[in-house]
Amino acid sequence: MEQTFSSKAYLNMELLRFTTAGSVDDGKSTLIGRLLYDSKSIFEDQLDAVRRASVQKGSEHLNLALFTDGLRAEREQGITIDVAYRYFATPNRKFIIADTPGHIQYTRNMVTGASTANAAIVLIDARNGVTEQTHRHSYLAYLLGIPHIVICINKMDLMDYQQEVFEKIKQDFNVFASQVFPGEDLRFIPISALNGDNVVTPSQKMDWFTEGTLLRVLETIPISNDHDMIHPRFPVQCVIRPESNEFHDYRGYAGRIAGGFFHPGDRVMILPSRIPSSIASVDTFNGPVAEAHPPMSVTLTINDDIDISRGDMIVAENDLPNMGCDITTMICWMNPKPLQIKGKYALKHTTKDVHCQVMDVDYVLNISTLEKISTVKTVKMNDIARIQLRTSKPLLYDSYAINRITGSLILIDEASNETVAAGMII
Amino acid sequence: MSDYQLTHLKELESEAIYILREVAAQFERPVLLFSGGKDSIVLVHLSRKAFHPAKIPFPLLHIDTGHNFTETLLFRDTLINKFNARLIVGSVQESIDSGRAVEEHGYDASRNVLQTVTLLDTIEKNKFDAAIGGARRDEEKARAKERFFSHRDEFGQWDPKNQRPELWYIFNGKKRMGEHFRVFPISNWTEMDVWQYILAESIELPSIYFTHERNVFYRDGVWLAAAPFMKMKPGERIEYKRVRCRTVGDISCTGLTLSTADTVEDIIQEIAATRVTERGGRYDDKRSDAAMEDRKKEGYF
Repeated sequence: MEQTFSSKAYLNMELLRFTTAGSVDDGKSTLIGRLLYDSKSIFEDQLDAVRRASVQKGSEHLNLALFTDGLRAEREQGITIDVAYRYFATPNRKFIIADTPGHIQYTRNMVTGASTANAAIVLIDARNGVTEQTHRHSYLAYLLGIPHIVICINKMDLMDYQQEVFEKIKQDFNVFASQVFPGEDLRFIPISALNGDNVVTPSQKMDWFTEGTLLRVLETIPISNDHDMIHPRFPVQCVIRPESNEFHDYRGYAGRIAGGFFHPGDRVMILPSRIPSSIASVDTFNGPVAEAHPPMSVTLTINDDIDISRGDMIVAENDLPNMGCDITTMICWMNPKPLQIKGKYALKHTTKDVHCQVMDVDYVLNISTLEKISTVKTVKMNDIARIQLRTSKPLLYDSYAINRITGSLILIDEASNETVAAGMII
Repeated sequence: MSDYQLTHLKELESEAIYILREVAAQFERPVLLFSGGKDSIVLVHLSRKAFHPAKIPFPLLHIDTGHNFTETLLFRDTLINKFNARLIVGSVQESIDSGRAVEEHGYDASRNVLQTVTLLDTIEKNKFDAAIGGARRDEEKARAKERFFSHRDEFGQWDPKNQRPELWYIFNGKKRMGEHFRVFPISNWTEMDVWQYILAESIELPSIYFTHERNVFYRDGVWLAAAPFMKMKPGERIEYKRVRCRTVGDISCTGLTLSTADTVEDIIQEIAATRVTERGGRYDDKRSDAAMEDRKKEGYF
């Protein structure tokens, strides 16, 4: 058989995870449909299904938005209910899209999609310019620590593809961004998702824009610095004890590197016991390796016989995380039942399970105006707030701004077992 | 690419290993759902990697419809021996004999849907609290909405509109007695990722994935294998063709592809050129637009 598809190239691709945010009518589903369609990631049988559905709904054109409908209720009501994940690839990168609904009542879904993303696409309708929704979506992307935000000014076709429209919106957004998140990596692209301008193919109608298409930006955004490569952090997931004759005395600590580098011989500190030791080996199924870094899953062995278990953390001896029971955190509340002040919740942080009590609410954020309201103590579903927690055992943490793994936590209602909040430690 | 950037496949592997270790740490009685298909075979490989040099710390569960390709069963037993794993079999025939499940009749009769009864009964009987599956989000539109850790109520049902938010890589596996979780470590893999991984890791597969000659017949755009329990419609006739399976389920629902691919490299070329989705050849998905969603809500894989 003729070998036209290169496995060598395929095995050398990088992974970029991105999320999309926009209001219902900003054309988000159309944009995703366009990306999938123009990058040839749609199969014939999917295309046939969407063609049939387009005709049935009386659309004149192929309705690209239908590619992203998942559940029956979504098709019936023409809405998105939950986070859906889509996949496509170009020769350089594989992409995972977390497709999230944009309504204010779905902030929790946006936060879910944003939590693992390297980049966020925020859509603006060129006719409406920067709105409160734009503030909300971009602020959430910033709050969740997404390193790159791509602002797509959509529906340029309805504004005669005028450069002035694009420049005005860009300027308005920059005024907002410079006050709220200076230093964030922002890109602006004028597009028409409906007609495909500047999505995958460069726009003939906007030759005044020379900074490349959306796909080009997604293919070239630098992602190698998105992990914390400075501070060595290894939350222990489980202990590997083979109990076989061949590996009789083997005791390894399995986990995924959350920050920095680990090598055999490195001086480390075991937390919370504060016992110093050194790395004996960094093991994998394919044999020991000389170096490990995020986000590799490995097994560490230690030179001293120390009691280490799940929830402990192995860190560099001279570079310790914060340790303590009093935690200040931004939260997004995700449950219909509001936050209870003085209420107790289960808390998960890295591989550690503790209990916590909510001591106080510092403020609730109006996420459209970004006003901090300290007189309000009620935190409802989809609210963003800063709160004070006291934990039953010390957490080993970094600030979320430094490390998205050791700086994040979730709260769980112990009666319902539901995840009720996402927390980003200050 | 920077020296410290993992390739996408290495990153997906690391993600899957992390999830498998979370399952072992968070649950008391996990089980790996093993169908003999490539995705569950990849899961077994990833499980070996996750716990090396220890053995896989959970048993494998095969839901046996009684309508298997013999090659799949042979492969299963060889794999169990080779990796010194523990196998549990849930029998759909037993569910039918005991009256728990009712055999479908007619030309499109399949035991595919009946598997749900056997699966849920086996989970309950063995008190499994987490069932690890090889489902991927790129397979089907209802699966695109799945979590890594997917909660099931005491009836084994999935409520897609009320799923727990899943943040970062912090997985909430808390549950009440009688409830369980389905866990999907390769959620983020595509069909091509799975095949490239099989190639890169030299993972063995059952022979039915590769080209072979077989008696088949054509129905509604899909080639199906002829077998004694496959009832043929008037006008359908048996032909002898060179075929292979693109996915492996039980005989009644597995569409066969006309193909001469006899190596993983050939299969990758074939998939790169194909314009039909993997499940486009699955007869079980052709029942309605929401066939998978409905089955999943009831507790299907």
